[in-house]
Amino acid sequence: MRKPSLRAYRIVSLFMLGCLLFNYPILALFNVGATAAGVPVLYVYLFVAWGIMIALAAVVIEGGS
Amino acid sequence: MLQGWFIVTVSFAYIGLLFAVAWFADKRAAQGRSIISNAWVYSLSLAVYATAWTFYGSVGRAATDGVGFLPIYLGPTLTMLVGWFVLRKMVRIARLNRTTSLADFVASRYGKSALIGGLVTVIAVIGILPYISLQLKAVSTSFQILLGYPEVVMPLKVGSVVVMQDTAFYVALFMALFAIAFGTRQLDAAERHEGMVAAVAFESIVKLIAFLAVGVYVAYFMYDGLGDLFARAAGRPDLEVLMAPLGGAAGSYASWVWLTVLSMFAIVFLPRQFQVAVIENTDERHLKRAAWLFPLYMLAINVFVLPIAFGGLLHFPLGNVDADTFVLTLPMTQKAEGLALLVFIGGLSAATGMVIVEAIALSTMICNDLVMPILLRVRAFRLSEQRDLSSLLLDIRRAAIIALLMGGYFYYLLAGEAYALVSIGLISFAAAAQFAPAVIFGLYWRGGTRTGALAGLLAGFSVWTYTLLLPAFAKSDWLGADLIEHGPWGIELLRPTQLFGLAGLDQITHAMIWSMIANVGAYMVGSVLRRQSAAEHVQATLFVDVYQQTGEPGSPWRGATSASALQTLVGRFLGPGRAVELFTAYARLRGVKGVDELEGDRDLVRFAELQLAGTIGAASARTMVATVAQEEPLGLEEVMTIIDEASQVIAYSHRLEEKQGELEAATQELRAANERLKELDRLKDDFISTVTHELRTPLTSIRAFSEILHDNPDLGPAERQRFLGLVIKESERLTRLINQVLDLAKIESGLAEWRTAELDMREIVLEAVNATSAIFKSRGVRIDTRIEPMVPSVMADRDRLMQVLLNLLSNAAKFCTPGTGRVEVRLASDGDVVRVDVEDNGVGISPENQALIFEKFRQVGDTLTEKPSGTGLGLAICLRIVGHFGGRLWVESEPGRGSVFSFDLPIPASDARRLVANA
Repeated sequence: MRKPSLRAYRIVSLFMLGCLLFNYPILALFNVGATAAGVPVLYVYLFVAWGIMIALAAVVIEGGS
Repeated sequence: MLQGWFIVTVSFAYIGLLFAVAWFADKRAAQGRSIISNAWVYSLSLAVYATAWTFYGSVGRAATDGVGFLPIYLGPTLTMLVGWFVLRKMVRIARLNRTTSLADFVASRYGKSALIGGLVTVIAVIGILPYISLQLKAVSTSFQILLGYPEVVMPLKVGSVVVMQDTAFYVALFMALFAIAFGTRQLDAAERHEGMVAAVAFESIVKLIAFLAVGVYVAYFMYDGLGDLFARAAGRPDLEVLMAPLGGAAGSYASWVWLTVLSMFAIVFLPRQFQVAVIENTDERHLKRAAWLFPLYMLAINVFVLPIAFGGLLHFPLGNVDADTFVLTLPMTQKAEGLALLVFIGGLSAATGMVIVEAIALSTMICNDLVMPILLRVRAFRLSEQRDLSSLLLDIRRAAIIALLMGGYFYYLLAGEAYALVSIGLISFAAAAQFAPAVIFGLYWRGGTRTGALAGLLAGFSVWTYTLLLPAFAKSDWLGADLIEHGPWGIELLRPTQLFGLAGLDQITHAMIWSMIANVGAYMVGSVLRRQSAAEHVQATLFVDVYQQTGEPGSPWRGATSASALQTLVGRFLGPGRAVELFTAYARLRGVKGVDELEGDRDLVRFAELQLAGTIGAASARTMVATVAQEEPLGLEEVMTIIDEASQVIAYSHRLEEKQGELEAATQELRAANERLKELDRLKDDFISTVTHELRTPLTSIRAFSEILHDNPDLGPAERQRFLGLVIKESERLTRLINQVLDLAKIESGLAEWRTAELDMREIVLEAVNATSAIFKSRGVRIDTRIEPMVPSVMADRDRLMQVLLNLLSNAAKFCTPGTGRVEVRLASDGDVVRVDVEDNGVGISPENQALIFEKFRQVGDTLTEKPSGTGLGLAICLRIVGHFGGRLWVESEPGRGSVFSFDLPIPASDARRLVANA
């Protein structure tokens, strides 16, 4: 069995970050009526966090070892 | 312009374009220049996940509970992250085993069990039918709405139309034909469909463009940007709840979490997802790109869902337009004909993509894991005698596809109207999630067994049927709502939507919780109840340790067949021509001229099995190969050998451990002995230095007094007499000391002479007291004796015993205060021993000194300031004498209150009852 690489640890960490970001109670912090630039903050948060997750995934998985 | 004939023409033109794409991809594949072997195409093909359900239904769900649709797309984002581990493992296994479908994969893992493959197929078919019907519903509804242009009219309810005039029926029929044309034109040993994948990837682009176009149009042309849209929505009190929808009436956090979990499973275990992600994967490395590109696609196709939903809610305030149709109806209200048509094509793309892949995946499963195993086993069909079965296989698949689409259509008639699109889709998701425990545990836990997988699948599927499928039927008036409201036989606890009283959850969450408990629980119990069979164990190891394998997995076949027999067998399923090609290529690979020269060894059998597995699935392939080759009986005997070898190793290591333990113990003993020797050596040195020191003290005195006498001849007679007396006294002490040292040395070296005889202790004690009475009298100490009248005789040396007694008595006299001193000597017997106590009321001995006084040259008291009043050897000698006769010598004392010195001697067994009479 090969030792898990640093990238493997990064991927798992990112996965756990995703589980945290898209879950109670972090979600509840944004589940308020307020708006940012006219858009409800919950919607802004979800899409921004999602976008960041995707960007991080691209860097971690496609990037060099 | 949007006449019916025009829409149909455009649709068929689009389908034609898809065929062109597929044809091109197949042609390129045949030339060996695959266009789908590309990370971008792979990622786009995964987007078959976004069906008509996403295309129309997400907006519908967003219109009722805001962000509630998002977990369905967030879950796959998370799954794709760990896909590099989980999916890659599945891809590797599928490639090595030529897996043809999800059912084949699960069956392979659990000992190539045909039963498991069949069960998975049944669950998949029943579970996915609602999903297929949903696509039909979406296409036919959107078609009818578009027909109504420029009016926005909702189509009639199902049931009010005759089947032959129902658009959905024709949609189903045409879709079946597409799927047949795409997926079952030829049989391939690899069971890959490059054309299909290319077409699906193309469709993914089309549906994304269509959806983004509507989104931009609604947000920026109908309204003045996102801010304006949301600001207007905020002005509507009934829409306020959608601004912060979580935790409220619109959706709980529990259902958010469970939807995420559900979609995490769905992205892998929906048969079509498994097909494109695992079976059609051409290179493991594509998973890297897909890990972020596919989530990005999901993000893009969802970004405008909420704006469209709000736009629709604002534009149709009366609620007379179904939110599921907003994507299409909003452009229609603006007379944007071209956009509306694009939307319809986008929706058609989403639906056909899903139906084609799903139908191919399911028909492969039905053919390979349900129909073929039965046909091959039932002798009445005489299938094993037919020469060419390849056309039969294709026919079975075609029939399966038609049956699936018709099944979907009838489900649509039955339950389709009762639900919004999203709810129907989720029922299918929950069914696919039932495969998760069997596959995931199967990938990482060698101990998962066939029994466990069967039990888990059955339990999970049963709960799914009861908590989701039954209520779906009940809502359609087909089964009556009684069951849902009051439970079966009026047992409220068993109500399908509130099983065991679990209320307050939405239906999907409720069903997921119970079905996962049942599924995982049954899997675990089943796995630990019974031992794995040998074949299962082999497959389990093959799956779990797939990364440790180099090249082809081990073959369970024994070389006992001919190459031609195998070629004939393969030919019957793949077609004789194809079989000749394959075997000739294999022969070339092995470096022989032709098929005739090939040996029917295990490698060749394995090769043939793999070719068959790629066509009819692992379970059937094994059955078929077994008809011409003998399976290696990895039976009890071999398993026992393996276990035996293992236990021998264990026994050997146990013996090693024992030996090591013994060695350690011996080392310990040696170390202790060495310590003891060192200690004895040190004691000897101490002894010599102490003895010389003790000898020097009286010698110094003698020499000093002698010198005084010698140097002073004129010393008075009285003085001279006193000095001479001192010299004599010191000489006597010196003599006594030397005698005792010799005595001790003799006793310790075992050279002492012992004259052992039967002794009457009473006589000895009395004599000792008599002998010392003078000393006591002179010191003014009273001595009493208390002697029992009947005391057994002991075996000992009389003189030695006397020596002990005299020593103890003179010590007692020495340490008593003159005048008030009192010593008592007691003699008693308790049947086993005779015991002598010498008690005094002298100064006593402190507890820390009590052990020391028996050591050589130890004297209690400060030896520096007080003149020693003995040799310091007396008690040491007494201890050895008593010890020699098997007795003990000890002291009990309290400082200031006196001491009791006691010793006992054993009574010889034969004399135990022979008492010595009072003399």
